[in-house]
Amino acid sequence: MQEKVNDAPGSDYTYVGTRPIRPDGVDKVTGRAKFGADLAMAGQLVGKVLRSPHPHARIRSIDTSAAEKLAGVKAVITGKDFMDQPSEFIPAGEMMINYRDVVRNVMAREKALYEGHAIAAVAATSAAVAKQALKLIKVDYEVLPHVIDVVEAMKPGAPLLHEDMYTAGVEPAPKTPSNVAKRIEFVLGDVAAGFKQADVIVEREFTTKPVHQGYIEPHACIASVSEDGTADIWVTTQGHWIVRAHCARLLGWDVNKIRATSSEIGGGFGGKTVVYLEPLALALAKKARRPVKMVMTREEVFRASGPTSGAHVRVKIGAKKDGRIVAAEAELKYQAGAFAGSPVQPGAMCAYAPYDLENVKVVGYDVVTNRPKVAAYRAPGGPISEFAVESVIDELAGRIGMDPIELRLKNAAKEGTKAAYGPKFGPIGMIDTLKAAKSHAHWRTPLGKNQGRGVASGFWFNIGGETSVSLSLNEDGTLSLTAGTPDIGGLRASLCMMAAEELKVPLDKIRVQIGDTGQLGYNFLTGGSRATFSSGMATVEAAREVMKEACKRAAKLWELPEDAVEYKDGAVRPAGPNAGKHNPMTLKEIAGIAGKTGGPIAGYSRINAHGAAPSLATHVCDVEVDPETGKVSVVRYTAIQDAGRAIHPSYVEGQYQGGVAQGIGWALNEEYIYGADGKMQNAGFLDYRVPVASDLPMIDTVIVEVPNPRHPYGVRGVGETPIVPPMAAVANAVANATGIRFTDLPMSPPKVLKALDEARAKGTAKI
Amino acid sequence: MTKHHVTATVNGDEVEFLCETQETLLDVLRDQLGLTGTKEGCSTGDCGACSVTVDGRLVCSCLMLGIEANGKSIGTIEGMASGEELHPLQRKFLEHAALQCGVCTPGFLVAAKALLDRQPNPSETEVRYWLAGNLCRCTGYDKIVRAVLDAATEMRGA
Repeated sequence: MQEKVNDAPGSDYTYVGTRPIRPDGVDKVTGRAKFGADLAMAGQLVGKVLRSPHPHARIRSIDTSAAEKLAGVKAVITGKDFMDQPSEFIPAGEMMINYRDVVRNVMAREKALYEGHAIAAVAATSAAVAKQALKLIKVDYEVLPHVIDVVEAMKPGAPLLHEDMYTAGVEPAPKTPSNVAKRIEFVLGDVAAGFKQADVIVEREFTTKPVHQGYIEPHACIASVSEDGTADIWVTTQGHWIVRAHCARLLGWDVNKIRATSSEIGGGFGGKTVVYLEPLALALAKKARRPVKMVMTREEVFRASGPTSGAHVRVKIGAKKDGRIVAAEAELKYQAGAFAGSPVQPGAMCAYAPYDLENVKVVGYDVVTNRPKVAAYRAPGGPISEFAVESVIDELAGRIGMDPIELRLKNAAKEGTKAAYGPKFGPIGMIDTLKAAKSHAHWRTPLGKNQGRGVASGFWFNIGGETSVSLSLNEDGTLSLTAGTPDIGGLRASLCMMAAEELKVPLDKIRVQIGDTGQLGYNFLTGGSRATFSSGMATVEAAREVMKEACKRAAKLWELPEDAVEYKDGAVRPAGPNAGKHNPMTLKEIAGIAGKTGGPIAGYSRINAHGAAPSLATHVCDVEVDPETGKVSVVRYTAIQDAGRAIHPSYVEGQYQGGVAQGIGWALNEEYIYGADGKMQNAGFLDYRVPVASDLPMIDTVIVEVPNPRHPYGVRGVGETPIVPPMAAVANAVANATGIRFTDLPMSPPKVLKALDEARAKGTAKI
Repeated sequence: MTKHHVTATVNGDEVEFLCETQETLLDVLRDQLGLTGTKEGCSTGDCGACSVTVDGRLVCSCLMLGIEANGKSIGTIEGMASGEELHPLQRKFLEHAALQCGVCTPGFLVAAKALLDRQPNPSETEVRYWLAGNLCRCTGYDKIVRAVLDAATEMRGA
C-alpha cells in the first residue's frame, strides 16, 4: 500500500498503526446499517416543508386553514409555533451560533430571506397528502429586492436583509444599517514597513463560489413525542447532543425530555452540525401525537441547507530576492448567506498560518446575502483564504525564479513559531511535508504535452472539546465501549484499536457503539477533526480506569496493597517483590470476581479534551489542459500530510483522498449558479457536478507522522486539512501548463477556453 | 385511488405488493418491502445510491415505477452475500477500506457486480467509467477502484 515516512517512536504497537476491518463494516456492505431515513415507527406520518419561492420577501400573512382541513393532515406549523429568541452569539465548535437566527432559519418569521427558506410544515398520512396540503397553504408575500453577490451586498444602498444589522468591529460604530455583519482584523508587526523592504510584490484578487458539502445522504429524522412530554428523535447528524440542545432551546423544553439517537450518518463534512428538520419534526409530532418522519429531497438540500461561503479575496505578499517573505496582507469578504456567521474568522486566522512571518495584516468581512445560511464545510473558511495565499506564493516563486517548495521551506512555520493569529506552535509538520514532497518521485517525473505541475500547502487548527466515553467490563470478560461522537469515517475502528492497545486484548473482544444522549454525559459533535483525537483520549482514560479497577480487585483477592499489583500484557499480576506469588488473572477472571469484590467494573471518562494540534499538508498536482475545449483533467495527485500518528492508516489515507476529491471539485466544477431572479439554477447532482470516478486519477498519499505530544497516541485531527491545498495546487498546475493565472473558481472549461483564446491572441499562452 | 397488484421476484424470493401508480421501485423496496439497504440520494438518477438489478440489468430504482417490476427479477444489496459468505466485492471493499460513511456503498457494490458479471477483467478506466454513475463524496474513489480491481482478480482466479 502507500508509503509511510518518519519512523515515529511507538511503531511496536500491536494494534495502533495496523489496518483491521472496521467493526461497522459488514453491516455497511450488506445493507443492514441504518441511516437517517431507514427507521420506521408504528403510525408514523410524513412531514413536508413549504419553502419560499422568493429570494427576499416580507411575509404579510400565512393562512393554513385549508391545509388543516384536508383529510389525512394531522398537523401544520409555522414560525408562530416557535418562541422568539434573543440575539446572542454562542460558540459552537468552529462556528458561532445565534438562536435568534437559528429560530428564523428553521422557519421564517418576518421575512423569507432566500429561495428555499422554510415557511410552514405539515404532517400527513402520506407523502402525497402532505404535498397536496402544502399547495393549500396561502402565503401573502411582499416581494423585496434581493442581493446575491458579496461585493454588491456590501455597497451602500444594497437591499438590506436585516434592518437592525450594524457592522460590528468598526470604530466609530456605524449609524446606518448594513449587510456587513462584522469586520475583523489580525495584525502582526508592521506590513507597511515590511513592503518597503520587499524586492518583489505580488497582489491579486480572487473569487470563489459557494460550494455544497454534497453528502450523499440527505437530511433525515424521525421524531416521536409522548403524551408525558418525553421525546425521541432518530437523526442523521454529526452531533446528537447538539441536536438535543438546539431543539430543546427552540421548543422551550427541558433538555432531558429529548433523547436523541444518531443514525449511521451518510456524510456530513460540517453540513450536519446544525438543525433544519429536527425541531420541525418534534413540533409536528407533538401537535399530531404521532411519530413524524422528515427527509429532505436533494433539491431541498441544495436550496435550503448550508453550502460554504463564496468569497472575494485580495492578497498582497512581498518578498526579498532570496525568497524571504517580508510582508503579507489579505482582505477577505465572505458570504454568510441569510444570517451573520460566515467562517471568515477561521479563514483569516489560517490564511498565513503555515508560515513564519513578521509582518502580517488580515482583514475580514462577514456579509449577509439572499442565499441559504452557510454551514461549516471541512476546514470552514480555510480553503478560500489559503487558495488565494498559496496562489500568490506560487506566482512570487515564479517571479523570483525560485522553486516553489524551496520558497515555502524558507518561510515555513515550525515548532516555536508565533502564528499571526496568536499562539506559538508546538511540534508541527510543515517542513516535514515539504521535504517529503521534494523527495517524492512525483516531483521529479517529467510532464507530458499540455501538462503542468502545481504545489500548495495547507493548514487547519483542529479542536478538542467536551467528550464522554464509557467502557464496561462485561461478565464474560469482553468489553463494551460507548462513545458519543458520531462515526462518519471509521471512528469506531480507531477507538476500538486504542482501547485494545491499552488493554492488550484482541479487537473482537471490544464492541464499540455510538450511544444516545441518555447513555453518556455531554458530547460535542464530530467536527473540527476532533472525534479520533477527543474520543480517543477519553477512551484511553476509560481503559486505564478499567485496568486500575481490575488491579484493585485482584489486590483485594490476593490481600496485597493496590500498588503491589500491576496490569501488564492483558492480565493483572503481582508486581515488585510479590511478582510470581499469584497466577496472573485475565480480564475474564477479573470479571468473574467482580460481583464479590465490589460490583461491576467500568471506566467512565468525561473530559474537555485539550491539546488538539494543527495538521499541515503539502499537495502536488499534475493537470492536463485540453487546448481545444479548455477542460482541465487532474492526471496525477499526491497528498502529503502530518497525521500526528495514524491509528488506522487506511482511514487516514481515505480522509486525504476524499478531501482532495472535494477540493478538485471546488477548483474545477462546483458552484452555485444564480439567475437574475435570485434563484438557484442548478439544484441537483446533474447540474451541480461533483467529481465522479472517471474524473479522477488514483490519489497517492504520504502519511507524515510528527506525534502530537498532548495525545496519548500522538493523534492530530486529519479530516479537514486535506481540502485546503487542492484549489491552489490545481490552479498552480494550470498556470504552469498554460502560462495563465486563474483567480476565479471554478476553472470550468468555458472560462479556461476563453482565457486561452485571449492569451493566444496576445501570444502569451503556453499551449 | 386503486392500487396495482404486483408480483415480482426480489433476491430470489417471490413477493407481492400493492402500489400506487406514481410509486417508484425504490419507494416500494424501502417502504413496503423493508429493504432499506437501497438508498435514496437524489431521486433523479444522478447519484446511483439506489442501484439495483432488474433481470440482470443495472437500474436506478428511483427512475423505475413499482408497477414496472411486475414479473421481473430484482436484485438488491440484501441479496448479494450468499449465506454467511460475503461476495468477494463486499469482502474487498472491507479489506481496502473502500467506504467511509457507507451510504453510497450498496449502490457501488450492486453496480460493480453488474460490471464484473459482464466484464470479468476490466481495466482501471473501464471501472471508473462504469462507476461514473455512482457518486461517493468521502473516498475520492481511489480505494473503491482498487477494491473492484482486486475483487475481479480474485474472482477470475477462483
